[in-house]
Amino acid sequence: MIVEDMTIQKNECIALNTFEMVISGEEIPLHIQSGQFVHIQIGDGKLNMLRRPLSIADINRISQTITLIYHVTGDGTKWLSTLTEGTILNVLGPLGNGFEIKHSEGNQILVVGGGVGVPPLYHLTKQLVRHYQVTVVLGFATREAVFYEDEFRELTKTYISTDDGTYGHKGFVTDVVSQLDLNFQHYYACGPMPMLQAVQEQMIDTPGQLSFEERMGCGIGACFACVCEAKNDNGYVKICQDGPVLQASEVIL
Amino acid sequence: MSLEVTLGDLHLNNPIMPASGCFGFGREFSAFYDLNQLGAIAIKAATGEARFGNQTPRVAETSSGMLNAIGLQNPGVDGIIEQELPFLRQYDVPVIANIAGSTLEEYVDVARKMSEQAAVKALELNISCPNVKEGGVQFGTDATLAYRVTEAVKSVSSKPVFVKLSPNVTDITDIATAVEKAGADGLSMVNTLTGRRIDLHQQAPIIANGSGGLSGPAIKPIAIHMIHQVRQKTDLPIIGMGGIQSTEDVLEFLLAGADAVAVGTANFQNPFICERLVQDLPETLQAYGFNSVKEVRDARCSHQSTSL
Repeated sequence: MIVEDMTIQKNECIALNTFEMVISGEEIPLHIQSGQFVHIQIGDGKLNMLRRPLSIADINRISQTITLIYHVTGDGTKWLSTLTEGTILNVLGPLGNGFEIKHSEGNQILVVGGGVGVPPLYHLTKQLVRHYQVTVVLGFATREAVFYEDEFRELTKTYISTDDGTYGHKGFVTDVVSQLDLNFQHYYACGPMPMLQAVQEQMIDTPGQLSFEERMGCGIGACFACVCEAKNDNGYVKICQDGPVLQASEVIL
Repeated sequence: MSLEVTLGDLHLNNPIMPASGCFGFGREFSAFYDLNQLGAIAIKAATGEARFGNQTPRVAETSSGMLNAIGLQNPGVDGIIEQELPFLRQYDVPVIANIAGSTLEEYVDVARKMSEQAAVKALELNISCPNVKEGGVQFGTDATLAYRVTEAVKSVSSKPVFVKLSPNVTDITDIATAVEKAGADGLSMVNTLTGRRIDLHQQAPIIANGSGGLSGPAIKPIAIHMIHQVRQKTDLPIIGMGGIQSTEDVLEFLLAGADAVAVGTANFQNPFICERLVQDLPETLQAYGFNSVKEVRDARCSHQSTSL
């Protein structure tokens, strides 16, 4: 966990209100793992008091860069979207616990992403395809919101769905998953809460890991803003510190 | 330069401490710097039993501030004593234990247990949390109730009791005067102001609880004014808080009438903030002609009745 000034190498719109940003730095790109996140300061910190937690879509240890994909939803992400190459960002990270990636050789693995929950699954899938049979199902609201389809297709079998049916399968990711005639040994999912609930329910008999999004304060486990009910001694987990990736069987959604 | 301050019987190496609720029980921030550099540590509020807190979302950003409605989530006084205080014992920093409750009996029970702990050097009586329906703030907005709970807690506490005041009142000096009469050893001020934000898409409050407590630089002028008002009425030590981000802010609070300061929201933006304030304070004091924190206090006292 460090605070590092990182430099924007690239920041461009890749889909509806969706931006891909590549930032470089000395430390964070060398240590961050799939599924962890970074906490980014907005502006000079005088108007915006809270950092923005962003997941990592890709990591390049050689060029010492990380790729972030974010959806413009409010003042903070709007400001981020205006930044140009060479701008310095104040970044706190790596934060949280990432994906566990240990299975039996050749296992069938399902990866399910929804909207802005898709990014952390990209670096995960890149690692998974080296050893396992991976099927990816990505859901978006509409055609213009679809991103990274080609990138995922280059890695493995990928299905796309849109809520309004303007692209790919019409409906939700769970509709696609129910049509897959495969016996999965493990699954990973990241997306909005209703999607996670639906996937958790659908895959109830399969071990899985869910990656969560929540409004955060500190991002390091001190403020108790981002808790989720869990089946442990405390009765809760902190998304920022215990997550953002949690065992599907552990959390109560 | 000497940064030492004395708050009644409580001696601090410097006037900077993290504010209760913004620092957990210290563990997370100990990964960033040595907690021994702090003047004190105000730990997260303790209640009689463990509390899960409110539904999420629990925070929302506002212009130069934030709203929170955590809901006093904590493992309960016994849980804190067993699981959290042992970690803090390795540091030579006074721990200020924040005490919350729904009833007078609960406050008294928690205060008795906490004041018995060797690591705890003072209590901070939280009668100002705006985020829990059944507890706390009603004691802080009614002078008679504030008097009663302070008197009751004082009767069982072997450690100094600082009463944390709510700014959600018409005249904060009424409450300050009442708790002083009840035997308070000091004041912490101010807690958060009640506020609300509404999401335009959902047409519903952003925070699940509806309202939340506003903190951050947005409330700093209110805190400064209230400390100034209370300082005209009492000589009790005051721990000032409300949007502190810089050493200039610290000096402003000291000049207004505070004897020490607590830093809250800024810890979320910069986890190193308290360490940095401790390190940078001497330079700022010097820039304004002071050679110690005590000199700031002396200067304030000499023209208290006039310009400030």
